[in-house]
Amino acid sequence: MNLDHSILSIITFVPLVGAVLLALLPDRGKLMQWGALAVTLITFAITLHLPVHYNYAAASGAFQFATDNPWIATPAIRYHLGVDGLSMWLIVLTGFLAPLGVLISWRTVSERKKLFYTLFLLQQVAMLGIFVSLDLFLYYAFWELSLVPMTILIATFGRTENRRSAAIKFFLYAFIPSAVMLVGILWLYVNTGTFDMPQLAQLAATHGISGNSAALWLASLSFLIAFAVKVPVFPLHGWLSDAISEAPTAAVMVLAGKLGLYSILRFSFGIFPEQSRHIAPLMIALGAIGIVYGALLALVQKDLKRLAAYGTLGHVSLVILGIFTFTIAGLDGGIYQTLNEGIGGGALFMLLGILYERYSTYDMREYGGLAAKLPWMVTLFVITTLSVVGLPMLNGFVGEFLVFSGTMQSTIAHHVGWTVLATTGVILTAAYMLLMIQKVFYSNLGLKPRSVTGWDLDVREHLALWPMIALMLLMGIASPYWMQSIDTVGTYLANQIGSPDLTAPKTITRLPGSSFPMRPYQEGGQR
Amino acid sequence: MPSLSPNIIGLLPEYILTITGVLIMLAEPCIKPSSSRKPLGWLAILGTIAAGVASGYQTLFASDHPLRAFSNTIQVDTFSIFFHLLIAAVVLVTLLGSMDYFEGNASHAGEYFALVLFGATGMMLMTCSVELLMVFIGLEISSISTYIMAGMRKGQGTASEASIKYFLLGSFATAFFLYGIALAFGATGSTSIAAIAAGLAATKTPLLALMALAMIIIGLGFKVSAAPFHVWTPDVYQGAPAPVVGLMSTAPKAAAFAVLLRITFSGFPGMQHRWSVLMWVLAALSMTVGNLGALLQRDVKRMLAYSSIAHAGYLLVAFTAFPQEGIAAACFYTATYAAMNVGAFAVITQVSGFNESTRSIEDYTGLALKRPVISAVFAFFLLSLIGIPFTGGFFGKFYVFSAAIGAGHVWLAVIGLFNSGVACFYYLRLLAAIYSRKQAAAHDVQPRSVSVPAAIGLTLAALATLILGILPGNVLEMAQYAGTSTMIENARQQCAAHPDNCQLQVKVDSH
Repeated sequence: MNLDHSILSIITFVPLVGAVLLALLPDRGKLMQWGALAVTLITFAITLHLPVHYNYAAASGAFQFATDNPWIATPAIRYHLGVDGLSMWLIVLTGFLAPLGVLISWRTVSERKKLFYTLFLLQQVAMLGIFVSLDLFLYYAFWELSLVPMTILIATFGRTENRRSAAIKFFLYAFIPSAVMLVGILWLYVNTGTFDMPQLAQLAATHGISGNSAALWLASLSFLIAFAVKVPVFPLHGWLSDAISEAPTAAVMVLAGKLGLYSILRFSFGIFPEQSRHIAPLMIALGAIGIVYGALLALVQKDLKRLAAYGTLGHVSLVILGIFTFTIAGLDGGIYQTLNEGIGGGALFMLLGILYERYSTYDMREYGGLAAKLPWMVTLFVITTLSVVGLPMLNGFVGEFLVFSGTMQSTIAHHVGWTVLATTGVILTAAYMLLMIQKVFYSNLGLKPRSVTGWDLDVREHLALWPMIALMLLMGIASPYWMQSIDTVGTYLANQIGSPDLTAPKTITRLPGSSFPMRPYQEGGQR
Repeated sequence: MPSLSPNIIGLLPEYILTITGVLIMLAEPCIKPSSSRKPLGWLAILGTIAAGVASGYQTLFASDHPLRAFSNTIQVDTFSIFFHLLIAAVVLVTLLGSMDYFEGNASHAGEYFALVLFGATGMMLMTCSVELLMVFIGLEISSISTYIMAGMRKGQGTASEASIKYFLLGSFATAFFLYGIALAFGATGSTSIAAIAAGLAATKTPLLALMALAMIIIGLGFKVSAAPFHVWTPDVYQGAPAPVVGLMSTAPKAAAFAVLLRITFSGFPGMQHRWSVLMWVLAALSMTVGNLGALLQRDVKRMLAYSSIAHAGYLLVAFTAFPQEGIAAACFYTATYAAMNVGAFAVITQVSGFNESTRSIEDYTGLALKRPVISAVFAFFLLSLIGIPFTGGFFGKFYVFSAAIGAGHVWLAVIGLFNSGVACFYYLRLLAAIYSRKQAAAHDVQPRSVSVPAAIGLTLAALATLILGILPGNVLEMAQYAGTSTMIENARQQCAAHPDNCQLQVKVDSH
């Protein structure tokens, strides 16, 4: 049997088997940690099969490693899995972050470890399931499932007494729009008779879903709102800071960003290409506002985790800004930035978790002067910060640059003002991140460092952090390796709706001295 | 095959249950008051399994065309067999879960087991009757048993209140039902469901027929606790013993829904455009009232009572879709709802015990620390009630709402799914309480261990919920077949005669 046809099922269900095993094993000693680490490492190793055997020359819009079996006859629900350049890297990223999440929780989760690691693995199953599903129903099932372990993780392992309400808030924010999205999904099914994503995309391209444009609009909104809450996009971010400040580090690392952004790219853009373009100006505006709003709020936070939460809002808004320009550069940059958010944001939350483990506070005012005490810590923290603020040579720069150049090219954005506004976010981001570094690590010795004896990173923490740092550097220097597959998706999404000069010969230009492909203004994102 | 009389085969499960029940009643006085009643319980379980097998046996006779018995008042078809099996399964789980519920409380376990079986007899009779008076007899048999069972915790104020309230309001509602039968007879000259359908075409008093239907809907709406006929539900569920609530929130409801399906879809198909509006309103109202009411509850049983009102609302949504998808979706939803709800109450039975020491959400705080396994099972049932994927509850909702959207009721689906969003708040509050740490260990009672039969019952319910959520194909097929088997012919003729009354063109040839 060819592994390529079952690899996605294996990837999705290895963590499930692991979760069941952990649930059955006794919670003794460090058994749970080692078990979870083994499962996540195996999963990660298997995910690496994808980029190795991926056909980078395949036509855009094609799915690879596909499995397509009937699951339920009526309604026609299929077990249809497949990946393209977009989902492949998200799967690898998910696999990559999981063992690090286990390592970082090694000591902080000291009681009810079995529950923690079982839920953690279930969360992996749900996320991987979201990325591999090509059947709308299957996807929705994983989408809803992903809420459950996270909610229980927050409710059980939250930091303060506020955890229960934060968990419920998180669940309600995500669940109610998703429930309405189900109406949209069912409406699509009733009109087309299929849940199959490639088929639906095909129908959408030929205007074959429904002649009722008002209903189509409502359906597209039901999708977009559900995804936008999950991202979160600017006015829908109410759950974010509470959930982030409560959730344990390993959960925070996967809380925001990629699930919602992926869903927008795959489903909103795929099934509703026209409606997405029509609403793009609004989304671009919201993205630009979100960047500045998030950065400004982060600037005034005293709590490190809330600071990082609002920072996250800014970063995901940047992605929104990029992908809704419908230019190749913007889409490529947005997708790249989605990966960056997982890495940079993840590393930042891990470092904050490490700080909290030592000094048991997130209050910035109680820190200060840590650089002298924790030299390794400060080094890695600064590298992460530079990646987040988009220093050239690190991954953040590639994404940011592409997004902004895409925004400038875009004909959809209507107004260059949004780009200008969003660009100020870069400065603000640098401001709050560097101010944080300065307050925590460089000023006078703070209250906590004086009273509590901290210790520098130990071996386990080094093991958890260095892969992140290495990846930041790699993705900053060798971006074409990732870009070659992402670019096919970006090109496909940008040209979904026939641009007038599609027939013209494509000229791929490379900017002098840069390593990523750029398309001239005329070609991408035209309607 | 020896040619048994259809009168024997047609009611075989009911006979078995009745005989077992009578045997238990006869045996009860012969057992010393001090000794355990468990053997009687096992006898009841055996009888239930036998009845389930007998229902399965009936498929041999009813697969091609319905088996009719007792002068065409009884009709055994896939539809009735579906509900027979469902009721038998619910009763089985209930009995398993309550085997030791009455132990050591000097009460009436023997009578309880007999009453459960009698109640089941009545419910089964309801689902296979196609004559309204026969339905009424079944309704009364099942209701009277449940009235008594609701007061089984003797000496407790809330239990007596539950029993009396249920009895008074219940008899009131049955009167409505009877009145509806009388009016239907007046309008169409018959009390047989098929004859009513035929008589409707010729009736000179359509308004009277509509009144009849409305009365019947009121009567049955009470049984399924649809708003605005739901006021009894919270008090009765709170006072009645937990296993009884598990039973009466599922099996009689399933039976009442079966009757409602038969009466509306095959008795009054020509008036579909009228009663579907009625159902639309009832569904929207039940969902909203149930969920908003549940938000305010601190008592877990009361909360689940309101949740059962909301679930009745989801089920009524299926009635607005005419006809095949609606029936199949309703049958499927009944099955999933029965599995998860009877499971949830089986857990409550085990956790709180006869004395109901654990009542409010606060009492459940930190349960997962003390009893991780049963908490996980409870969490699973709650997630299914929310409608999380890979549980039966999700597919149930999915089918119901896709049927409604298929019939063009998109806004009802929006209301329903929005409601399910609201609903997850109170389920989650309980779930979060179970999984969070207890603030002060004030009165830590040593948890009772779960007995073997209860464990079997819980496993059965959980497995059923899981299988309905992962591989719903078989049950769904049976539900669809049930939908086609009995009433589709009828409905199709009606639709052919009055195409304007049917919002959907009937697709009979899809199976």
